[in-house]
Amino acid sequence: MVGQIFDILKGDSQADRVVPKRGHSVRLTLFTSGAMAFLAVFALAMSLAAGRLADRWSDALARSSTIRISAPAGEMEAQTWAVLEVLEQTPGVESARAMTDAEQRDLLEPWFGPDLPLEDLPIPRLVEVIETAAGYDGEGLRQRLAAEAPGAILDDHTRWRRPLVRAAGRLRALGFVSIGLILASTAAMITLAAGAALAANVKVIRVLRLVGARDTYIARAFVRRFSIRALTGAAVGTAFGTIAIAALPRAQEEGAFLTGLGFSGFEWAMPLVIPILAAVTAFWATRAAALRTLRRLQ
Amino acid sequence: MRHDGLSLLDWGCVVIELKQAAYGYGGGALLEGMDLQLTQGSFYFLTGPSGAGKTTLLRLCYADLLPTGGSVEIFGKKSTDMTRDGVAAARQRMGVVHQDCEFLDHLPLEENIALPLTVAGRGMAAGNGDLAELMGWVGLTARKNALPPELSGGERQRAALARAVITDPDVIIADEPTGNIDWEMSQRLLQLLVELNRMGKTILVATHDLSLIRAAKSQISARVLRIAGGQLQSAGSEL
Ligand SMILES: Nc1ncnc2c1ncn2[C@@H]1O[C@H](COP(=O)(O)OP(=O)(O)OP(=O)(O)O)[C@@H](O)[C@H]1O
Ligand SMILES: [Mg+2]
Repeated sequence: MVGQIFDILKGDSQADRVVPKRGHSVRLTLFTSGAMAFLAVFALAMSLAAGRLADRWSDALARSSTIRISAPAGEMEAQTWAVLEVLEQTPGVESARAMTDAEQRDLLEPWFGPDLPLEDLPIPRLVEVIETAAGYDGEGLRQRLAAEAPGAILDDHTRWRRPLVRAAGRLRALGFVSIGLILASTAAMITLAAGAALAANVKVIRVLRLVGARDTYIARAFVRRFSIRALTGAAVGTAFGTIAIAALPRAQEEGAFLTGLGFSGFEWAMPLVIPILAAVTAFWATRAAALRTLRRLQ
Repeated sequence: MRHDGLSLLDWGCVVIELKQAAYGYGGGALLEGMDLQLTQGSFYFLTGPSGAGKTTLLRLCYADLLPTGGSVEIFGKKSTDMTRDGVAAARQRMGVVHQDCEFLDHLPLEENIALPLTVAGRGMAAGNGDLAELMGWVGLTARKNALPPELSGGERQRAALARAVITDPDVIIADEPTGNIDWEMSQRLLQLLVELNRMGKTILVATHDLSLIRAAKSQISARVLRIAGGQLQSAGSEL
């Protein structure tokens, strides 16, 4: 198909000339594909930015939280067991595990050095909780812990990000849906413009047929013209869109969504796909419209 | 008579055949029970009063109209059974001078005359020598860059004839090719048709111009057909 499109673009310029150049449908195509490409650049940037955000946030999430138990040495053992028992009965908890002294020492070592006499210090006991995909009810768990093990504190600060990750994922999908809609509207508009161009050239079509032109030959003259216009318009629109994105002010603040809108690294090459998609869309839309109209113009 | 230049068809075989063909625009029948065989290498004139249906009959012969009764077979295929590509392929083997001489108004005359080559994918280059010679023969060399709307009626007819013969077609169908043309130029155009006929082309010319028919009959054997009252008759003797 790509080969076919290149043939069209290279074209036989003589074949192109058989259709007169006048007509505002061609300028309309140029303008609309430019505007649509400009919008598509933003939709693409939004999708990519939302995707980056979702990835970053979901890495941090990792479905784990911790329970910290601070209790006098004598009650520590009992409260730890109580916490583990509560967790065992809590829906949405996949596994729970009290950290051993050795693990806790490893965690503290960077701060206090290797010779920490852990037994003599009132170090809280840590319980690592891994939740299921569905997750547990944080408030309910907190209440039960307060009743069963008053020294236990649930630290679930990463859980608040869950809805944000969902939202970012949704936003990425919406960006791609927008690109799809933009392509579909481009196709619809080019179909109308091509139909109008054919209708304005009924006499030309009649003369071409009388001298033995096939439908595909006649269609090709129109297809070539519209594909080139769509490609040109979309290339200009894409260039402006990309420049606009590049010119957005940048801030250092991590995770700020608006300032994160843009492309990074190889993503800067992705807008190049837009004019190609526009040309392919124009190719098929014009071809379908032309062949349909020619069938009707018996 | 020469036999070369005939690649696809044998001398004397039927290229276009009407069998009980009928045609009517909407209401009643304009043409009825038309039986006609055009054989390869023959020359026909079609006469009849204005409005008798000459143009209509010719249009049936190049599948611009489909018969409303009977059948029209072009190169052995019924026009009613042809696909649009089939019609295009058949027209690439025919040269047609239409009565209204339609051109592409945005292209210079030379490109219009080469149009049948272009749409057949044969390119202007292929027939370029022929093109210049042909333009000279029909007296349009000086007008080759003119746009069709700038041409006189006679110039258009000469251009239409040049366009009809540029592809070296098997069959040439011409509707009043000399209607607006002075006697001298008509003789030149007739000469072209006569030469093509001698090369084995089938020629069908609708005309009112009896002097043209007489001039042709003095050089070749041409059959004269006459339409009147929706019927086709042979009209040889009275000329
Ligand atoms: N497209 C059409 N729709 C309706 N009637 C038509 C159409 N074309 C021709 N006619 C009618 O059919 C009849 C025959 O027309 P046609 O053009 O075949 O005649 P003709 O013999 O070529 O005449 P002329 O010598 O004037 O060219 C005429 O009465 C004409 O009015
Ligand atoms: Mg007529």
